[in-house]
Amino acid sequence: MTSQEKNWKEISPAGVCWKSSIQFLTGDWKTYTPVRDLEKCTRCLLCVLFCPDGAIHWKPEKGDIEFDLNFCKGCGICANECPVNAIEMRLE
Amino acid sequence: MFSEWKFTAKEIAEKPDLFLSGHRACAGCAPATVLRLIMKAVRGPTIVTNATGCMEVVSSIYPYTSWAVPWIHTAFENAAANASGIESALKILKKKGKIKHEHVDVIALAGDGGTYDIGIQALSGAVERGHDFLYVLYDNEAYMNTGIQRSGGTPFGASTTTSPAGTVIPGKLQNKKPIADIMVAHEIPYVATASPFYWRDLITKARKGIEVDGPAFLHVFAPCPRGWRSDPAKSIELSRLAVETCIFPLWEAINGEYQLSTPSKVLALAPQKKKPVREYLKLQGRFRHLFTPKFEKLTEEIQRITDERWQRLLRKCGMT
Repeated sequence: MTSQEKNWKEISPAGVCWKSSIQFLTGDWKTYTPVRDLEKCTRCLLCVLFCPDGAIHWKPEKGDIEFDLNFCKGCGICANECPVNAIEMRLE
Repeated sequence: MFSEWKFTAKEIAEKPDLFLSGHRACAGCAPATVLRLIMKAVRGPTIVTNATGCMEVVSSIYPYTSWAVPWIHTAFENAAANASGIESALKILKKKGKIKHEHVDVIALAGDGGTYDIGIQALSGAVERGHDFLYVLYDNEAYMNTGIQRSGGTPFGASTTTSPAGTVIPGKLQNKKPIADIMVAHEIPYVATASPFYWRDLITKARKGIEVDGPAFLHVFAPCPRGWRSDPAKSIELSRLAVETCIFPLWEAINGEYQLSTPSKVLALAPQKKKPVREYLKLQGRFRHLFTPKFEKLTEEIQRITDERWQRLLRKCGMT
């Protein structure tokens, strides 16, 4: 912080996180990438609910789900929980 | 007392996330799934206060925040005290007519360290004073964020860095503290346990906890692949196995009246479906030593403790 900026009386008494974390991409953490078999997938949306990173989106206008690989950390929960085994984790 | 809120997976998937992507939890972090699901249960304006712990650290690394709701970090011990303050302030602001909303909900969030050990006096005081808030305990069974130290929530036999399994001890020597029963003993209107695999049950309970007038306590099981030394892909599977083996039964106590929730009720009515605890233990590296000849007998001990607790719970629910 330079002296040009706010003085101590003007700044907030506690730290304020001001940037949304959706600007911080975590997709490069992964070793495995989820690959979906479009024919097997029943669109039950369990993977959307279970994904810890919210990296699988339900697109009502398309009637389909979409992986957001910018955030996927490759944990494989989606593949493990898929009731019809439509998701495979492939080494990047 | 509760609204008849029914929902489908599609409706939940369509609701915008309030716990956003880009948080820095480990791959396969079940607490992150738990938070995403709980934040889908909110009914309107909500304020979240978070004790120190994994979920606070990963969601608020400066200058980034993963929260799409007003959120305040507090010290390890006072999530509940903070929630009482927020609730009281809202009450007075409403009285003065400065808040137009019909209700603003308060959620306090803490891990097992911040609840079982450090935060219990603040929690006990806040619920005794009867503040209207939902306290969510995401239980990953040790202090994961500081390096896997044992907590009051760590189960018997688990190896952690401060209860290491080796030639002298077989991991933690004490039992898991029955925190939800302690909360029922405070005679608060709503106490429940939940597990992310049963997502419908979890979301329903979170909503009930928000809706209820007065303090509510929600104990959520949240596997941690880093600390449990398990496969990240198995986190949600572990949360299912914990219920199926009756290590973590699902129930709710409304005004002190215990009742089993469906996933556990099924096991009470058809005991042959109950799985042996070994199936749950063998997926986790923290219990690896229990499968060596030296400590093999301890799995039987864990089975005995689990069965005993399960029977006690069945008696409380009037199911024996």
